Formats: sequence, C-alpha cells, structure tokens
Amino acid sequence: MGKTLAEKVWDEHVVRSAEGEPDLLYIDLHLIHEVTSPQAFDGLRLAGRRVRRPDLTLATEDHNVPTLDWDKPIADPVSRTQVETLRKNAAEFGVRLHPLGDVEQGIVHVVGPQLGLTQPGMTIVCGDSHTSTHGAFGAIAFGIGTSEVEHVLATQTLTQAKPRTMAVTVNGSLPEGVTAKDLVLTLIAHTGTGGGQGYIVEYRGQAIEELSMEGRMTVCNMSIEWGAKAGMIAPDQTTFDYIQDKPEAPKGGDWDAAVAHWRTLVTDDDAVFDKEIVLDASTMTPFVTWGTNPGQGVPLGGNVPSPDDFEDEGDRLTTQKALEYMGLEAGTPMREVKVDTVFVGSCTNGRIEDLRLAAQVLEGHRVAEGTRLLVVPGSARVRLQAEAEGLDKIFVAAGAEWRGAGCSMCLGMNPDQLAPQERSASTSNRNFEGRQGKGGRTHLVSVPVAAATAVRGTLSSPADLELVGAASKES
Amino acid sequence: MEKFTTHTGVGVPLRRTNVDTDQIIPAVYLKRVTRSGFEDGLFAAWRNDPAFVLNQPAYANGSVLVAGPDFGTGSSREHAVWALQNYGFKVVVSPRFADIFRGNSGKAGLLAAQVDEKVVLRLQDHLEAHPGAEVTVDLESRTIRAGEGEDAIVAEFDIDDYTRWRLLEGLDDIGITLGHEDVITSFEGTRPSWKPATQ
Ligand code: SF4
Repeated sequence: MGKTLAEKVWDEHVVRSAEGEPDLLYIDLHLIHEVTSPQAFDGLRLAGRRVRRPDLTLATEDHNVPTLDWDKPIADPVSRTQVETLRKNAAEFGVRLHPLGDVEQGIVHVVGPQLGLTQPGMTIVCGDSHTSTHGAFGAIAFGIGTSEVEHVLATQTLTQAKPRTMAVTVNGSLPEGVTAKDLVLTLIAHTGTGGGQGYIVEYRGQAIEELSMEGRMTVCNMSIEWGAKAGMIAPDQTTFDYIQDKPEAPKGGDWDAAVAHWRTLVTDDDAVFDKEIVLDASTMTPFVTWGTNPGQGVPLGGNVPSPDDFEDEGDRLTTQKALEYMGLEAGTPMREVKVDTVFVGSCTNGRIEDLRLAAQVLEGHRVAEGTRLLVVPGSARVRLQAEAEGLDKIFVAAGAEWRGAGCSMCLGMNPDQLAPQERSASTSNRNFEGRQGKGGRTHLVSVPVAAATAVRGTLSSPADLELVGAASKES
Repeated sequence: MEKFTTHTGVGVPLRRTNVDTDQIIPAVYLKRVTRSGFEDGLFAAWRNDPAFVLNQPAYANGSVLVAGPDFGTGSSREHAVWALQNYGFKVVVSPRFADIFRGNSGKAGLLAAQVDEKVVLRLQDHLEAHPGAEVTVDLESRTIRAGEGEDAIVAEFDIDDYTRWRLLEGLDDIGITLGHEDVITSFEGTRPSWKPATQ
C-alpha cells in the first residue's frame, strides 16, 4: 500500500520508534517568538543545557510589538520585558533573531516562508498554533506548548504520536472574487471547529492546485480553526517557483537535488486516508462569520441565523449566546451589519498579495465616515514591498492607517485593540469573545470583503462598490 | 533534572485541605518570563498573615511540605510546581494529590509523596510540637521518617513506578530524550545537505 504525503514526511523524520511509545521526531526548523519562549529558555538555563541546533532555530518579535512608534521603546512594560527577554535569550543561546526595526522582522509565519526557510518535506514547529501555515509548502508544521519548546531547543526533537490522515478534496475552480479565505471559512462552517481533531489534513483538488502560495498559506493557516493537528498541500511547480531565489533557498546543485526530492512528496495513488471530505469550489461565494467561533459563518449574501434554525439544543444555546455577544438580530442580512473597524493583516492575510488585493479594491475610494481601516503588513519586508509598489499611497489616500509589521489587532496584545462592543471586519483567523479586545465583536472576512466593507461601512463585497459607483454617477 | 534518592529537610505542616493551584500561586503572579522567581507568589494570600506557618522563623528553611488531602486541585498551571520549588521545597506530602498537579510535579522534579491521612496527621502533630524538626524522605525504599525513639514515625509512601524511576535517574522528558542522543546524532548525519539552516 502506498503512503500519503503526511506519512512520507513523517516517516522521513522518525529518529526512534519503539513499541508502545510515541515516535521521536526530528525537527527541521524551530521558530520562536517572545511570548511562549521565555520559560523554555529559562528551563534550559536551570538545567545547564544549551540549544542543540541554533542553526535550525529562528526568532522574531511579533505578538507584542507596537505598529506605531516602533522605533521608540515599547511603552507597555510587560510587553517590553517579554521582547527584551527574547533579545537576551537569543544572544545568550546563539539564536538568530530579527528584532523590531530589522528588515526581516514580522509575524513568525510570514517570515519563515519569505526567507525561503519554509520548504517542502520539512518538520516545522513553533510555540504558536498557526504554525500550520507552513504546511502550504508540503511540510508537517504544527504548534507546540512551552515545555515542548524547551524540548525542541534542547534536543531538536519531539516525542509525538503519529496522527491519522485526512484528505480534503476541493474540486472545481473558485469563482471570480472568491478567495482562499472564503474557501477555508466555508470548509470550517461545514466541518465545525472540531472536525479536524487528531488529523493531519491534506488539501488537494483543482481549486487548491490553482491557488497561489499565499492563498495556500491562508488555507493551511486556518487548519487549526477546525481542530486539525496540521494542514498540508503537496508541493508542485507553484511551490518551487515561490521558493526559488528566496534568500535561504537551496542554490545550484543543491536546488536540483532538493526539487528532485520534493517531487516525490505526493500522496501515492493507492494510499488510503483515514477520512475524506469533498467540496465543490465552483459553488462557493464570499463567506463571513456571524458568531464567536470560526465555524459560525454564512455566505455574505445570507442572513444572521436564528437559534431556531438549529435542531440540536446545544447548538441553539451556543447560537443564542453568540448572537447576544455579537449584538446581532436573527434574520438581519449580513450586508446590513455595520462595522466600526476593518483590520487587514495577520498571518492569515497579511502578505503582499493580500495588500495588493486590498489596494486594488480601495483605489479611487474613501473609507466610510465613522469607519476606520487598519492595514498592518505581516512583516517589515511586506511593508517595504508594498511601499515600493505604491500600495501605501493608495491606503493613505483612501483614509486608511498604514502601520508597522506585527500581529497587531489579530489578538490585541499590543495597543491595537477593539473597544468593548466595537465591531470589526477582520482578515485574521479568530473571532473568539474578546480576541481583538475585551468585548470586541469580530467578523472574519476575506481581504476583498474587508476592503469593500471599509468603503461602505457595512459588510460588503467589491461587487457592491461598483453599484455604489454607478449610483453616484447617475445622481 | 537532579537525581532524587533521599532528602532530609525541615518539615512544614500545612493544616489545610483542598489547597488549589490558585492558592498555591494566584494568576497575577504568572506574568513572569522566567521559570524561576515564583516563590514571591507562593501562597500569596496567606503570606500576609504573621501566624501563617511559613512566616514562623523555625520553618523558614522548610523543604518538605506536609499538607492535607486534595493538594493541587484547580487550574493546570505548572507555575504552582515551580513556585514550590523556587521557594525551596523538594517534597510535598499529602494523602491525595490532584492528577494534573502530580503529573506536573513529576515533570519538574518535585516529589509528590502520597501517604495515609493518619500518617499526615501524626507528621503535622510532630512538626508543630517540634518546630524546625526534620523529615527524611527516601525514594529508594519509598519511606518517610521523622522523630526519634518511641515517637518515631516511619511510613511507606505511594508514587508510581515510572515517576519514581525518572526521579531516581534524574530524568525529565528532555533528559530521557537526551538518553537517545546517539540516535539523534546519527539521524543528523543522514539529513540532506540542502536542508535549510538559519546560520
Ligand atoms: S497574526 Fe494572529 S494568529 Fe498569527 S501568529 Fe500573530 S497572533 Fe497568532
């Protein structure tokens, strides 16, 4: 019997396996940030241990960093301490760090791929659940806890039980204007937030193959939102083209050897998945969430659901609670939901392609009165690239705030937070209660929907803008 | 992790039941970026009380905590174990531990010794009658001893075989993995040269 992609990559990394024990898995790349690493480094210090492979470790500052005044000392003392601790630890243990102000600084899951460090067939871990992003390259990538961070630092391995595998096959092509974000939000609404529990998921099929690397990262990024251990996509020419010439990509003969190996990283025809889901991309539309978990979503053209729409008593209760928190009336068309703040950014949608899309929609428009738009590049490099392309000018002309790189309002650990009851349309990945600030209300959306929403002030798609434009010309 | 074979130190009687991890260390003390220094938060709510056992000079260097049943319930915070260790405790004795606390202790190298409730009461009586008295905890023979002569207390304690083995060998999870270091090293020898490196 053949192997799935996940099984191939897994088996290539088993250092040791013994009956009745979890596998000992070798880790090719360990990414570090300021929030989940301090105790791990301290643990090393207490035990008199070193980092086994600083050369397979990379640190950056992202969760806590301000996106304004980033050249000044960080105002919040707790954040400042965490960032300074990371700097001290990186220096002491010989770990490469891209600090605030450095051109390679940014969200850890944007930085890895952009440097070319994220490559097919690798095992990649980070003390952050959205490490699944890197699976877009055909890597096994997942988030770990602080004790495990310490374990990887000390041993470059992890003890892990082998997960089951699942295939999500998305047939057909996405219609014009429907993005990878809509695809994954549709999938999560279909499976629920626990549907992927215990699986490494492989996304495949025509719609996935047609996605750019950035779109693939968006899909894999949100694997964790439906409970999957990791998400992966088999590497292909799109993958190779993206990696080639990145700073840390293999060069010369190494490149040829690498690509030759990467081409073998596909699920064999006779391999068997433990579970399969099939979706049709051609029926998908822009998709938005109405509730307080990423599975509570509907097409943008739909309405806020009613608790009565659900048969299960638990679902009815959850829905009612979510609607109360979100301040929404059942039956309200999603397009009529008024939004205070629009956030474009995060490791889900903070890459250059996302900013291009946002600029394309915003060009020639103004952000609606009473709405604010925050555009936060995923990394300092993305920021520079956007400025080189003049995207920043489009954002500023539209009335948006053009910020520095970091996680920002994705989790509101820095000053970029929603006020209580403030409503956002956000290109990030979590709409949990209080995620973007205490009492804040989050609607997860794609980049085009975010940009159009900023212009209209209510949840909208770019198609709605053309109507506005046509109407205003007539009057 | 240091090997734990036997430990003798000042016993501290904590006559309380259901000491949960919020009482061991309140959430406000969890912001620290280190795994050390949590001793300032240990039993924070009680430390203001001059009568609290740890505020009495005789127990100041305590390293064996003798507590009532259901020690370590509540939140899973590993900081509770760190706080006890940072303060100087090597052993906690109780008739019953919460599972997660017991698990965390084993990971971090704090010995959670489970003994009969009657023994705990006798130990507490003894430690209160003789402030600063020492308790010996022998992991090899799984016995706990205090006092001398006729009043001597000698009792067996419970600990699962796997945790006992790890503590005796001084092995944490990382230690166990490092026991396979030769396998890791030879695996590293087989990694293709084109795999990326950060430096
Ligand atoms: S952008 Fe958001 S989801 Fe991504 S790493 Fe930062 S906080 Fe986590």
